Amino acid sequence: MARSVATVIGYALREGLRRRVFLAVLLLSLGFLALYGVGAHFAFRDASGFAGPEPKILDPKAFTGATIFGMAMFTTLFLGSVLAVFLTLGIVRGDAESGLLQPLVVRPIGRTTLLLSRFLAAAGLSAAYVLAVYGAALAITWQTGHWAPDHLLGPGLALALAVSIVAALSLLTSTFLSVTAQGIVVFMVYGAGLTAGLLAQIGHAIHSATLHSIGHTASWILPFEGLYAASLHALISNTSGLTGVVLQLGPFGGSEAAGPGLIIWAFAYTAGVLALAAVAFSRRDL
Amino acid sequence: MAAVLAARALRKSYRGKDALVGVDLEVGAGELLGLLGPNGAGKSTLTKIACGLVRPSGGGVEVLGRPAGSPLARAAIGYLAELFRFPGWCSADELLVLHQRLCGSAGGASERAELLELVELSHAAGTRVETMSKGMQQRLGIAQALVGSPGLLLLDEPTSALDPVGRRIVRGLLEELRRRDVAVLLNSHLLSEVELVCDRVAIIADGKLVQEGRPADLERPRGVEVETANGVRLFEGAGHDEAPEIVARLVAEGERIHRVEVLSSTLEDVYLEAVRGRTG
Repeated sequence: MARSVATVIGYALREGLRRRVFLAVLLLSLGFLALYGVGAHFAFRDASGFAGPEPKILDPKAFTGATIFGMAMFTTLFLGSVLAVFLTLGIVRGDAESGLLQPLVVRPIGRTTLLLSRFLAAAGLSAAYVLAVYGAALAITWQTGHWAPDHLLGPGLALALAVSIVAALSLLTSTFLSVTAQGIVVFMVYGAGLTAGLLAQIGHAIHSATLHSIGHTASWILPFEGLYAASLHALISNTSGLTGVVLQLGPFGGSEAAGPGLIIWAFAYTAGVLALAAVAFSRRDL
Repeated sequence: MAAVLAARALRKSYRGKDALVGVDLEVGAGELLGLLGPNGAGKSTLTKIACGLVRPSGGGVEVLGRPAGSPLARAAIGYLAELFRFPGWCSADELLVLHQRLCGSAGGASERAELLELVELSHAAGTRVETMSKGMQQRLGIAQALVGSPGLLLLDEPTSALDPVGRRIVRGLLEELRRRDVAVLLNSHLLSEVELVCDRVAIIADGKLVQEGRPADLERPRGVEVETANGVRLFEGAGHDEAPEIVARLVAEGERIHRVEVLSSTLEDVYLEAVRGRTG
């Protein structure tokens, strides 16, 4: 079993490598990080006088650091999600229609193991990618502005878990949708999740309990959004005063604290989505 | 002969449309069974059920006594689909390594070399699939199906993309498999090919088994044709045993005999008779 899982994971990784997916992602990521470095440098340099004569009201370094690092996290989540979707694109229905899947499925490995192995490959790689880009952005932020988030590791791990959820959702949709439809649906769900997060923050800002409740519920239905909001919150969870208040409304989605309940729910949610995918795959005629 | 593959009262319907209607079929050890039928007759569905790719609506299939689709049954089969694709970035050797790992074969490099030699692709071990012709890919597909020395080989139109030389290679391969006691279920539209290599033939039409038997047993006498000085005469219904008597009678009547031929129906005649009016 372990050997078969390792074989399928290796197959999926080599497929990504040979299709030059990784090369494209690497080049894009380097481009993003280079731009981020330039942007961070000028943002920290020019924001020093931003807070006006009384710097204690708004800490310019924390404000600039959290804002641009929040943007980096937004981009990291997006790029990681794109990678997760591409690594799971057409894995079931698409590959079955093209005839790639059948020679593998008739082997003793079985459908469930095959599916979970493909998930492990996609989620593992996307999560590793997110952690790498997060770490690089963190290093750039520290180098350019000597600012670091209140929690170093937590936000990165939350983003890694978020892209794993996107990979699981994409895998589930691949069991019943064609390749194009799968891509469209997953990205629409992704967009809907982030929009719901923004709505929750707007609701919070204008004291609309209904709006906040809708956004909050959506972040549990699509926990990758809840994890993203939690990771944003972890950046400035110890930042007080006006700086903390302003940053909570961040430009790339609002931050919201999450307890251990969200993490447990995220794992349970991923397991549930994978179980649904396995059932759908096992019932599918190929 | 113990059945390597046994289908019992096998039924399959797709959204209310029957693809198989109570099919009973067996393939014995080392037997080569040719499965014939028009497009849409249910041949591929039967093969896919035997592989565990499709779930039956009723009845069942056993492979070496195990339910089709179970891990032990899957471990005992090799399969080449009619419509298949291998990853283009893979070389022939890499593809076989992948399948060796998936089926737990310990054959290593020697097994891969032997299989590539069997399908005459030794020269292409390092060639990427995307640069191979369709015929080469089909032969590679057969080699892939043979990884792990399966007891039952299920081949769905394995020669559809092959040129005459490729078909001859596959025929030789099938005969080699018979020598190795491997059971083969061969789906094919090429009647001449099936007639040449198969021990038994089963004809499916509209999801039902309509004819089954050895090619020679399925053939029926069509008569004795005699060419005399007065022209060609056909004695319908007469067979091999009646031929001397017919000739003797004609000679006694003063006819000069130039040629005598005992006519029997070909597999094509049998097939056309069995599937009359049913074309996919």
